[in-house]
Parts: sequence; structure tokens; C-alpha cells
Amino acid sequence: MRPAKWHTALTLKRRNGSLFERLAMLLLLAGLSVMILLPLFSLFSKAVTNKQGEYNGLDNFIDYFSTPALLNSLQHTVYVSLLTAVLSVFLGFLFAYALTRTNIPGKMFFKTVSLLMLFAPTMMVGIGLTYLFGNQGLITTGFFDALPLHWDIGLYGPTGIVIAEVLYTFPQACLILVVSLSFSDFNLYEAAKTMGAGKGRIFLTVTIPSVKYGLISSFFVCFTLAFTDFGAPQVVGGGYNVLATEIYKQVIGQQNMGMGATVGIILTLPAILAFIVDRFVTSRQHAVSARAVPYRITANRKRDGVFLSLCLIMAGMILLLIGTVFAASVIKIWPYNLAFSLKHYDFSKVAGGSLQPFWTSLRMSAWTALIGTVVTFVGAYLIEKTKTFPVLRQAGYFLSILPLALPGIVLGLSYIFFFNKESNPMHGIYGTIWILVLANIAHFYSVAFVTATSALKKLDREIETASDSLGVPRYKTLLRVTIPLCLPAVLEMAMYFFINSMVTVSAVMFLYAADLKLASVSIVNMEDAGDIAPAAAMSALIVLTNIGIRLLYEAITHQIKKRTHAWQTREH
Amino acid sequence: MKKWMGTALATVLIISALTACGGKTNNTNGEQGVNGNKPAGASSEITVYTALEDDQIQTYLESYKAANPNVKVNIVRDSTGVITAKLLAEKDNPVADVVWGTAATSLLVLDQNKMLEGYSPKGIENIQPEFKDTQEPAHWVGIDAWETAFAVNTAELEKKGLEVPKSYADLIKPEYKGMIVMPNPASSGTGFLTVNGLQQLMGDSEAWSYLDKLDQNIAVYTESGSKPAKMAGTGEYPIGISFGYRAIQEKKGGAPVEVVFPTEGSGWDVEANALIKKDTIKPEAKAFLDWAISEEPMKKYNENYAILAMKSDSSVIPEGYSKDPISQLIKLNLNKAAENRDATLAEWTKRYEAKSEKQ
Repeated sequence: MRPAKWHTALTLKRRNGSLFERLAMLLLLAGLSVMILLPLFSLFSKAVTNKQGEYNGLDNFIDYFSTPALLNSLQHTVYVSLLTAVLSVFLGFLFAYALTRTNIPGKMFFKTVSLLMLFAPTMMVGIGLTYLFGNQGLITTGFFDALPLHWDIGLYGPTGIVIAEVLYTFPQACLILVVSLSFSDFNLYEAAKTMGAGKGRIFLTVTIPSVKYGLISSFFVCFTLAFTDFGAPQVVGGGYNVLATEIYKQVIGQQNMGMGATVGIILTLPAILAFIVDRFVTSRQHAVSARAVPYRITANRKRDGVFLSLCLIMAGMILLLIGTVFAASVIKIWPYNLAFSLKHYDFSKVAGGSLQPFWTSLRMSAWTALIGTVVTFVGAYLIEKTKTFPVLRQAGYFLSILPLALPGIVLGLSYIFFFNKESNPMHGIYGTIWILVLANIAHFYSVAFVTATSALKKLDREIETASDSLGVPRYKTLLRVTIPLCLPAVLEMAMYFFINSMVTVSAVMFLYAADLKLASVSIVNMEDAGDIAPAAAMSALIVLTNIGIRLLYEAITHQIKKRTHAWQTREH
Repeated sequence: MKKWMGTALATVLIISALTACGGKTNNTNGEQGVNGNKPAGASSEITVYTALEDDQIQTYLESYKAANPNVKVNIVRDSTGVITAKLLAEKDNPVADVVWGTAATSLLVLDQNKMLEGYSPKGIENIQPEFKDTQEPAHWVGIDAWETAFAVNTAELEKKGLEVPKSYADLIKPEYKGMIVMPNPASSGTGFLTVNGLQQLMGDSEAWSYLDKLDQNIAVYTESGSKPAKMAGTGEYPIGISFGYRAIQEKKGGAPVEVVFPTEGSGWDVEANALIKKDTIKPEAKAFLDWAISEEPMKKYNENYAILAMKSDSSVIPEGYSKDPISQLIKLNLNKAAENRDATLAEWTKRYEAKSEKQ
């Protein structure tokens, strides 16, 4: 038995956490502010200053809305993104439906193929399309006149952008919709059938309502991704200006930071809207009744046939695209000399400079994965498992998911404005690899945070209570119990940070120093200079690296599962 | 949910409040430009801004690195327009120590903005007078000149049964509609020297009406001056308005490309070096400028460019060039080009940038 004094101390400790926890919480908030909030302030203040750095109110916005060329890019972006979102959600739904509600063979294969696009920088999608549908493309020329069929789709411009964005966003829509479609109540289908509803009616009155939040959510995700993407329009946009390329032009081409910031704020608007909608939707989604019966797939060969051919077409398109990029990277002179050659992998003669950007990318991604995972996990732990001031925890939670609403370009711009000020004590990291790592952690923080939070939520709160009453310090519990239990989630976070840091352009393209060029940025530079084949080669290297990392992740998780399976099943 | 919205609202309020203050206090903070700047560190480090081609820089630098193994050279490379914009943006807080191999017309703009420090590098007497500044000490010194050339894909034109265009006049023939790619003069030095060349060749109004007609045939305006030649090389678009070196490189690389120097003459510009005016001018920066016009790099420049700034009888005409490259150049006033640069770019942007977006 402990003396009574101990007990009061313990309850006090439980209410507001230990001093250490409170300090950690404050530190976390300070860190998140430096990483996200303060740079954003700089962006906002930049948007209300002119080229000379003087305050000019809303002049930039007025300027923006009265310049037809700039306004044009807004219309273009909205048009392209709407079309992308509609198509992506439609295709994503069909694909997800095939994976969850039909008996097609090879589901694992289709799932894997659909995820391949997540391993590639968006420029690569554009490059692949150029080789397929460009003026010398495989399909445009009918496989170099081997086939009688020539098909010129007029790639450059909105057509190319939409196709590229659909290929890029469709896996995201698919992921969301697979989850939505897996949560359903078969009872409703039975009931509808008993009441004599036809298949079409059941689809409209049961299936669609049950996934409506998934549809809304995936629509906004696709819209936002297309709205803020830089890579694809840069490669296949032709003269068709969109907001992201416009910011690039304003900032890099004309060094007009004020206008860049202004366009950046406009770029953020739909993302913020999407963010709010997504929050709203997630708060309503957990409405599957406890008595729900999982969906039972009925036998239907005709349905399976239709969906199988659909999946084959989609998967074929993705594989053809990636395969073409790989092929183009080892062809001597497309399309005039199709001999095999590795010369495009020698980057010393092109805008890439050397293989150095690739190594820098690896280094940066590894650091991002390492530091990002630790910071995010600790952040999620503090918010989820400690009992420090609820207000602080709420604020921390909000800051942790805020990056979801921030396009990479906007984050990158904010970082220039914030860290490049001589008066900033952290000015020193400007021009080093650390600002890139920091930008990436901020950029990808939210998804990793959500992963960590849901893993932590699954753990019983009793673990902490038990350790408290046993007098074991929290950090020991964290290290010995919580982290080992969350290891799969931790690995997933690390992989997520790594892969995204390898492919991202938008946040880092304004931040890298001359001697720290990145692989993804060098693709943009090479493409800019017309070195398309070396750009394809660099893309291929990135994709292969990411596939390697993914396989490594799968292997490790497999091992962990095998080892922990025994006692985890006993627990249930 | 409600709690969350409260936090969100509070944050938005804080943001707007802080933004309002930030707008006023931020102005005095000096800022450096984007990319490529390191905090001031070890002295044996110089930052060089250049618009030279990526594939040339490393070969050129070999002799410098051999002689100065302890000096770290940070190269910041971009197209002429971008490098110019960057230098202008960094006017009050320059990052670059020297500018190397960047259009003289751009350096003249910087000089008009009082951003260049006069320095006559060792060996300046060997540079021909039309390729260096007339002031003493010189504010800029040329290394070579480059000129408009077309890269024409013969395989693609043959398929279409078209002749290879030989002149500017040929380019506006209706049969080449949608086949020509040209660099945007706002970002590309090659684009600017071509437009400026036409202006000084034909006179202003004549040049613009020519460009209007050319615009009818243009498929796309590119950011870089190399890309049109490379696109011609892959046949993506059969005719690229580019520059001599790049067109010849494409041909050498095995692409079915013919290099055409327009019969009316080529617009041109000088690739030149300059010292940036700043509080502490590093001795390494001056030494770099000395090296940049010395014998070794000049030989390397000559491998790529037919027209060297150096007076020399032994300069060889690189393969692929017409016999007398100097006679290919039109008569040109670089100072006038620099003075009109802003106006030319504004006019060009007004006429064609908006047009290229109307697709």
C-alpha cells in the first residue's frame, strides 16, 4: 500500500501529465509552429508586399485578378482539376468495386499495379505520355509505323494534363474507395432484394449511399492533387498555363516573390476546402452498425468478365506507361536509333550534372524518414496518450493535420520567406540539406501522424495506467511496450516519408542549394532543357529505389507478423 | 468536432492578426534569392552564376579545379533570363561573387543597375575590343559569342515532303505551320538574341510583323534555348530555332538533324563574365575571372564555339560551322539591345504569351 500523499500526486499527475510531459508538449507545439505556422505567416505577409518589399495591401490580388493571363491559369486549373477528379473517382470506383465486390482473379496483382504510380514522380507520368502519345510517341506513330493504326490525341495541353493527373490521382481515389466499399452491411442488400428492388435500384439506393462519404472525400483529394500538381503540367502542358507552373514562372523566372505568394494563397483555397470537407466526412463515417454483416460476393460470371477486362485495361495502361519510360531510358536515340544504350544514365553531359542528385535525394529521404518518423510518432503519442492540458493537445492535433491542406509549392515558398531572413535565428539551415528534410517532414507530417494516431488508438489505455501504478516511468513504457507494439505502423510511416521525399518536387524546388540538387528536381531541369531520355532514366532510378524500399518494408513486416502472430492471437 | 472547429477558428484569427503586423515589419529584412545560396562560410568558396550549358561547365572547370583544389566553386546555373532575374532580385543582398558566361546584354542591364564592380582581369588586352566593356577598368569581359541557328530534322521533313528552310523568310511559309519551336526570349538568352537580331536587322515594326507571321507557325515556345534543338533531334517538332553549338551537338549525337545558319545572318550575343559589387569582394572571385579568360579555358570554349573573344590566329573553326562564322553575324549594337531589353520582352510577352495560352 502506498501512502495517501502518493495517490494525490498520482491523480494530479494524471490530470495534467508530468512536468516532463508538459515540457515535451510545449516543445512539440513550438516545433510544429516553426515548421508550419510561422512560415505560413511569412507567406501571408509576403502576399501583401510588392517587389521592393513594401506593404501594398491587396494590390497583388487586384493585380492578379486583373491580369488576363494569370486569371486564365486559374480557369485552366479549375477546369483540368474538375475533369480529373470526375474521371479519377469514376475509374477509381470501378477499380475498387472490382477489387471488393467481384470474384475477378488476380486482385493482389491489380492492387499492386494501381499502387505503382505512387512510387513515381508526376513528371514521369508526363514523360511516359510523351513517349506514348507525343508527336513521335509509340501510339501516335503506330509503334513506329509497325501498325497501320496511327492515333494522334493532341497530347500537349489540357488533354495531356488530364490524362497524367488521372493516372496520378486514380490510385488515391481507389485506396479511399476500397476502404469505403469494404465497410458495408449485407443485411441492407438482403432487405432490398426481399422488397423486390432490381440491381440498378439496389446500386443507387444501397451501394452509392453507403460509400457517399468515400466518394466525396476521394473527389476532393483528387481535385486538390490535380489542382496543386506541378510536374505533369510542366511536361505535357505545352502552352497551357496552370497555377502551379505560374507560381514557378513568377518565382523562378521573374523572381516576383510577392506575386508568387499571392498565387500560392489562391492555390491553397481548394485544399483548405477539401480539408474541411474531409474532416466533416471523417467525423461521420463510422456509422456501420455493430450488427452489420460483411458483404458476400455472389457468383456472376458476366459481371466478373466485364470488371476483369476493365481492370486489365487500366493495369495495362499503367504498366505500358512505366514500361515505356524504362524502355526509352535505354534507347540510344528515340525514335531514330532504337539500339540499346546506357548512355542516358550518364548524367554528366546533361542538365542533371551527374548522379550526385540521386545520392543527395537518397540521403535527404533517409534523414526525412528517420527524423520524421521519430518526431511524428512522439508527437502523436503526446497528443494521444498523455493528459497534458487539453487545449494544448487540441492545438497540437490541429497543427498536426494542417499540412494536409498545404500544397507543397506553398510550403516551399513559405520556407524561403521564413528561413531566408537574416534575422531568423534558424537562417543557418538555409542552403543546407536540413531545410529540405524539415520541409519534407512538414509536407508529409499529417498522413504519418494519422497512421501513428490510429495505431496508438488501438492500444489499450490500461497499458499506461498499469505502468503508472507500477511506478514505471512513461518513457520506459513507451520504449518497451508501446513502440514495439506499434512497430508495423512505425515502419509504414518511415516508408511513407522516404518514398514521398524521393518523388516530391513541389516543396523542395525552391529550397535546394546549388550543390544539393535533388533527383526529382533534376528531372524538371533536364525536361526543361529538352533532355527527355536522361529525365526518363532518372525517373526509372527513383521508381526502382522506391519499389526496393517497399519490398524491404514488406519483408520486414512479414517477419514481424510471423514473430508476433502467436501472442497477438492469444490476446484476443 | 466543435472543439476542433474552435481551435481552427482561433488559429485563423491568430494568422490574420500576425499577418497584418508582419506586413509592416518585414520590409527591412534583407532577403536572398531562391536556391543556390549558402550562408557566408569559409572564405575559399565562391558562388558563380552562369548561363553556360550544363554539359560544358564541368569540362571548362577542369583546369580551374586542377589549379585551385582548395576553392569550392558553387555553380548556380539557369537560363539567361532566370539568372538575370535572380541577380536583379538579389540586388540589395547579392549572393553571387562572379557571373560567368552570361549574355553581355544581361550584364549590361546589371551594369545599368550599378551592380557590377569594375575589374580588368589579367590578360584582358588579349580580348578583342568589340567583345569587352569600353570602360576602364572593364565591367564585363567576353569569352565567346553565340548565334541563332536552326536545327532541322531532315527525316521528318522528308516524310512530309518539305524542303529544309534556309532563311528567316522560309520559316514563315505556311507549310511549316505547327512545326517550329522557338525559345521564349524572357527566359532564354538565345530567344532574346534571335528577337533582338531580327529587330536590328529589319527595324522594329518590320520585326514585329515578321514575328507575328512566325507566331502562326510556332507549335510552342520553350523556356530554354537548347530545347528546340533537342526537340528537333527527337523529331517531336521538326524545326527548332536554337543556337549553333546545340544544333551541332544534336547532329553529332546521331540525330537526323541539319544545322542551318539563316541566310539573312544570325542574331548574336557575347557570353561574358563580370564581378558583382558587394561589401566583401573575395580575392578568389578576381582570380576566377583571371582564369576565365586564360589560355586553357579559351581552348575549351573554342571546342564548342567558333567565335572566340580572344585575339588569336590559331583559333580553329569547330566542325559543323560555316567557314567564316564572323561573316554570319549581323551588325549589332549590344548596348542598344540592353537598353531595349525590358521593352522588347514586355512587347513579346504581350503579343505571344497570352496567345500561347488560348489553346
